[in-house]
Amino acid sequence: MPVITMLMFLAKQPRFRAPVRALALLMALVSLPPSAFSIQPSALAAPPVDFNRDIRPILSHNCFACHGPDEQARKGKLRLDRQDDAVKPDKSGAIPVLPGKPEQSELIRRITTQDEDDLMPPVKSGKTLSKTDIELFRRWIAQGAVWKKHWAYDPPVLPPLPKTRQSRWCKNPLDNYVLARLEKEKLHPSPEAPREILIRRVSLDLTGLPPSPSELDAFLHDHRPDAYEHLVDRLLASPHYGERWARFWLDLARYADSNGYEKDGLRSAWPYRDWVINAFNRDLPFNQFTIEQIAGDLLPNPTRDQRIATGFHRNTMVNTEGGTDDEEFRVAALVDRVNTTYNVWLGSTMGCAQCHTHKYDPFTQKEYYQSLAFFNQTKDRGRDTAPELELPTEEQRVKRDEVRAKIEPLQKVLDTQTPEIQARQDSWREKIIEADKEIQAGWTVLEPQSLKATNGVLLEKLPDQSVLAKGPTPDNTTYEVSVRLPESSISALRLEAIVDDSQPNKSSGRSEEGDFVVTDFSVDPPPKIEDKAVKFTRAYADFSMDGYDVEAAIDDDPHSGWSIAAYEPKNRVNHHAVFVWSQSWKVEKDQLLTVSIRQDSNRAQHLLGRFRLAASTAGLEPHKTWTKLPAAIRRVLTGKTNDSEKAGEEELAKYFRSIDPELDKVRSQIAAFKKQEPKDIPTTLVMEAMDKQRETHILVRGNFLSPAALVQPGVPEALNPLPAGPTNRLTFARWLVSPENPLVRRVTMNRVWAQFFGRGIVETSDDFGMQGEPPSQPEVLDWLATEFLRQGWSLKAMERLIVTSATYRQSSKVSPQLFARDPYNRLLARGPRFRLDVEMIRDNALAVSGLLDFKIGGPSVYPYQPDGIWSRPYSGETWDTSKDGEQFRRGLYTFWRRTSPYPSFMAFDSPSHEVVCERRPRSNTPVQALVTLNDPAFLAAAGGLARRIQREGGHDMESRLVFAYKCVLDRPVRRQEAVLMRKLYEESLQRYTSDKKAAETITSVGLPKPDKDANLPDLAAWTVISNVLLNLDETLTKG
Amino acid sequence: MNPYEERLKFTTRRQFFRDCGVGLGSVALASLLNQNLFAATANSPNPLAPHAPHFPPKVKRIIYLFMAGAPSQLDLFDHKPKLRELNNKPVPESLVKGERFAFIKGIPKLLGSPHEFARFGKSGVEISDALPHISQMADELTVIRSMTTDQFNHAPAQLFLQTGSARLGRPSMGSWVTYGLGNEASDLPGFMVMISGKTGPDGGASLWGSGFLPTIHQGVQLRSKGDPVLFLTNPQGMDNALRRKTYDAIEELNRLELGAVGDPEISTRISQYEMAYRMQSSVPDLMDISKEPKEIHEMYATRPGQSAFSNNCLLARRLVERGVRFVQLYHWGWDSHGDGKENDIRYGMVDRCREVDQPCAALLKDLKQRGLLEDTLVIWGGEFGRTPMNENRNRDGFLGRDHNPHAFTIWMAGGGLQHGMTYGATDDIGFQAVENPVHVHDLQATILHLLGMDHTRLTYRFQGRDFRLTDVEGEVVKPILA
Repeated sequence: MPVITMLMFLAKQPRFRAPVRALALLMALVSLPPSAFSIQPSALAAPPVDFNRDIRPILSHNCFACHGPDEQARKGKLRLDRQDDAVKPDKSGAIPVLPGKPEQSELIRRITTQDEDDLMPPVKSGKTLSKTDIELFRRWIAQGAVWKKHWAYDPPVLPPLPKTRQSRWCKNPLDNYVLARLEKEKLHPSPEAPREILIRRVSLDLTGLPPSPSELDAFLHDHRPDAYEHLVDRLLASPHYGERWARFWLDLARYADSNGYEKDGLRSAWPYRDWVINAFNRDLPFNQFTIEQIAGDLLPNPTRDQRIATGFHRNTMVNTEGGTDDEEFRVAALVDRVNTTYNVWLGSTMGCAQCHTHKYDPFTQKEYYQSLAFFNQTKDRGRDTAPELELPTEEQRVKRDEVRAKIEPLQKVLDTQTPEIQARQDSWREKIIEADKEIQAGWTVLEPQSLKATNGVLLEKLPDQSVLAKGPTPDNTTYEVSVRLPESSISALRLEAIVDDSQPNKSSGRSEEGDFVVTDFSVDPPPKIEDKAVKFTRAYADFSMDGYDVEAAIDDDPHSGWSIAAYEPKNRVNHHAVFVWSQSWKVEKDQLLTVSIRQDSNRAQHLLGRFRLAASTAGLEPHKTWTKLPAAIRRVLTGKTNDSEKAGEEELAKYFRSIDPELDKVRSQIAAFKKQEPKDIPTTLVMEAMDKQRETHILVRGNFLSPAALVQPGVPEALNPLPAGPTNRLTFARWLVSPENPLVRRVTMNRVWAQFFGRGIVETSDDFGMQGEPPSQPEVLDWLATEFLRQGWSLKAMERLIVTSATYRQSSKVSPQLFARDPYNRLLARGPRFRLDVEMIRDNALAVSGLLDFKIGGPSVYPYQPDGIWSRPYSGETWDTSKDGEQFRRGLYTFWRRTSPYPSFMAFDSPSHEVVCERRPRSNTPVQALVTLNDPAFLAAAGGLARRIQREGGHDMESRLVFAYKCVLDRPVRRQEAVLMRKLYEESLQRYTSDKKAAETITSVGLPKPDKDANLPDLAAWTVISNVLLNLDETLTKG
Repeated sequence: MNPYEERLKFTTRRQFFRDCGVGLGSVALASLLNQNLFAATANSPNPLAPHAPHFPPKVKRIIYLFMAGAPSQLDLFDHKPKLRELNNKPVPESLVKGERFAFIKGIPKLLGSPHEFARFGKSGVEISDALPHISQMADELTVIRSMTTDQFNHAPAQLFLQTGSARLGRPSMGSWVTYGLGNEASDLPGFMVMISGKTGPDGGASLWGSGFLPTIHQGVQLRSKGDPVLFLTNPQGMDNALRRKTYDAIEELNRLELGAVGDPEISTRISQYEMAYRMQSSVPDLMDISKEPKEIHEMYATRPGQSAFSNNCLLARRLVERGVRFVQLYHWGWDSHGDGKENDIRYGMVDRCREVDQPCAALLKDLKQRGLLEDTLVIWGGEFGRTPMNENRNRDGFLGRDHNPHAFTIWMAGGGLQHGMTYGATDDIGFQAVENPVHVHDLQATILHLLGMDHTRLTYRFQGRDFRLTDVEGEVVKPILA
């Protein structure tokens, strides 16, 4: 050991204080064992340690959180993820990793020390290194401490084809890699699965549907050597291929038919779903598939389909709840887009970098927001679903354009102020003003003769004949004012609310804010004409608070009333209300009238503070004219509007055109045309770029309220550079699927692989980073990734390679020895076997029963679900079960509401589609058993299958059972199975022969009643058999 | 490799029994009842079998009485005489500066409680007259007046309390608990949920979802209308005897398949069908409260045949008696904004109190008389608190309060706690928790602690990270522990 290094090593020890350092050095030199001065020979002889395989996982799990890329979290300025940093002396001079010299490396000392203060990982982290881990570190350093880039960030290269002994087994290069590994592990591949198993497996994998009996027969009787390849080609060409693979993609796209969050209103997004089906069916190359979904709208002259494709990132949620901040949920959607994009295309947990630089992977927080900046340029908001694209059929479009073309000139007429209209408006206005003049001239202020108030309020008459309220302010009261009327014909009374300095806020009311609520305005005795009482039938005011229109003071509700919103200072001015009788009536000489003003609302103490009454001797007509006008127009006409004069005139003109009798015809024409507009034009949510760029800031801890530094769009340094082009979403999309991108092809092939084999080659298909699992078969993954490019990003070509491989075609039988050796089938010494996804379970049941409606695409449907699932706050939507076969569409089309998802699907691990679901768990629970046993949808399938068996399965028990097994499991029935089934059949038959009613019930769950001449007990017994068949593990499983 | 599968596939029977050092009696019971299950599934034992906690627990099970909508602590548990003095006075601007409210606009006025408070029991816990029955149980309660949260809208705040995150996709507390401890019930799921009131809680089914944990840990909702568990009832025309025969046929056929193919997953399926069968009889038996004696019905004020919180409280007791680990109740309607009579703290809130007060007290009494309270934890509370200010949203005179994340009250009762204790305090008007604030993550850590689990060690690896119920925070509230 060079002395200088030794010195640094010792200086790091806290116990060695500076004054004693020299002495300590001497002592240390004397006491150090000889091995510390040279590389231990044993370390060199040991098997080579691979950084990525052996060391990186230990570092990542135990060290990177504090000694990794995240500068904020970094302790002791030490970073162990990069060679350059780790081999440099630290601030105390110690060298963390001294290649070749484990005993002089500070790292080894710190992970082996007995001193708890020094020990790494720290005791309080709860993490500990095993002896094996420590030994690996020692050997790795002894062997030279070589760092390698994390495997996933190096672009895949074609691995050399390995030599194998049984190479005749191999059908394509994929098999060579698998076989080489098996031979290395001293394992043998399993024999090919029987044909009937194979056709079921590959049909379910490629189309999500089982083979029909005739398809099965055709395949079993096809003796061509490439019969299987023909089968695969037929399945890849099936229109149902797109449906099956759309289901896979829609989990990633978090597709749903509702907005999410509390209100979770419904949205129309199914055209996007249909685009996905279609894209798979036409084998749209995956790079183009990506570009169109991320940025189809930015392509030159985008087609309608390319715009629909952008629905991928409009599947984010929106929140329409009251009190929410639009920006908060707009940002939440952006964050979701970034996280989803990185997850789906790059298998990276970028979400971690939203709040802080990634602790394990080479992504900084700044880079997170640089990616977000690409997405931060669209028009959509956090609180509604705009922008949406209208998608009329050609017929609808023609009709709509035709109608709109007719409306347009008419609307223009209605929107244009011509001199003729202006002239008519002027004369109309003149009449109104005339009416107003008549009204204004006809007021006689009424002098109170006597004043009364309940609940202790004191009323005082003022010189201007107004009345002032004083004294206590009770919760409610009624004022009674006796007045003498002018000897004339009168049509209305006016109540003026007059501001007064003595009232709160110097307003006209007595509440704390200076407000009042007049809940009832009436007179006693009511005037009579020919013995019939005349009532107030109209009322208008210069101003009313929202929800407190003056009509409420003459309605039947004793607690509703007229109020003036005095909490706003601008409303603390004089106001008046006019109450109009149904007819003018003649006042007799000296006639007295008691006016009663009731104030009894929920708003306690809302009483009039000062008011005055007047009677109108104007005719009824002028009042009628004024009552008809909207309040806003009245304000314009009386000059009381807050709008500018120009705005007021425009409002007036617009209003006049809406009532101008000369324009009646135009208006009714427009209305008639509008009725002709085609209804139910589908819409879908799309991305639309902003005209102007938004600035993007780093958000502190991801909080939209805490913007920090400004960032420009960009991509992480650790990955390939952004291709040439404008810095926008389109270029970002091209970057994702650039041939240089090290991740995208591996990630995509890994997901596709998982669909066939149950789990990915990289188990953590959402995390190809340092915390993810390393690939179980790296050569297979890299071969797939490179082949994907050679095949022009064709998914169908890649899937064909996978399903025609010998690896895929193996039998899935497993011996206890093999299971113990490889429980997850990572070595692929057998074929895949796992439970179907729930949509396939459902589709399979409906298909074998003959009930399935094979229609492709269209709005989502409502198959049977129990009552009460859709009971959510603030929503009136109801689940009306689809009819006419629509209830038997494929599971993919089931209406998906995020907060109330389809219950039987949820029981089988279906995601809620609120955020990306990159792999579904595959649980096995009792609730699932109840679904397939008792859910009416599955009983309908059992009933349908029973009818099919009766119809097509021959006449005796044996042939029917053979047919049933052929339909459901595509194989012959075994003897023991037949014995069991016969027993169950006979027991059921006995049961249903004695109870015809039960037989009828069980055979018609979710189905029309059986034919009158049907053999009911037999049908019921077969329904029971079918129910059992649809619940077999083999039926629920792809084997 | 995810821990669930790891355990599912690799835990051997021997390991399994070794892990279950605590609660041996229940393990023995479970193994007795599950004999055929274990015999058949040596490769994949039931992941819900009871597991040992990190350290000896104080309680074995939880009943969480969630008051959805957030009850007003200022009218129930947090007595503020000062607030009444200041009734109708504008709130000092300094207090509300920079605050975000869901609905309040401008400078609001303070609102003193219209309810009277008194001290109850030997301990003298202060409770308002709106809860006369719970008051009688004061000496059993541990009242935390200084709860705080990060969220001020219902759905995110409920999610935050129940899953530790305001965003969707995290496992619920009940899921974490069955993941950590398994289930002692042999014929019922370990995490059960019941809902009463006009609607469900705003957070929806995600509140009892298992997030990234295996779905076997998902809460199973017992519905009060129709089938208590979805599709529990045999279809009409299929009687129990015949249904049993179909179960037998399925099992025998699956065994043949197991013999032919060898996949141990088939034996798991066989045992799950057996559990389904048991639930078909155990759940209706559980739900049938008609056999409970009259005095029990009177004590809980049950409303047989209807959807009621009182029925759910009685069912909660029946569930924990049967060994269910985590029982979650929701009662809707505490969102007392005063935007109408239904949400007025003098009317609607009092109705809510009437609905829950007697059943809550009855549940505590009943658990106690059966000796269950000492190892059960009962938790009562909402997702946040309410403001000392009158919201006055519609200016129509109804009294109500807006959302307040800075202070709310919850109470707990049961094992491991100091009883008759009031912990923490808010400021004079009850707006902010100022003394011993207890954050939602602290509460979660404390609940796990009482169950014998260290909240920093109950983790699950997902998307490259070890997740916990308490995220990266949470301290056990030690002063309230016995």
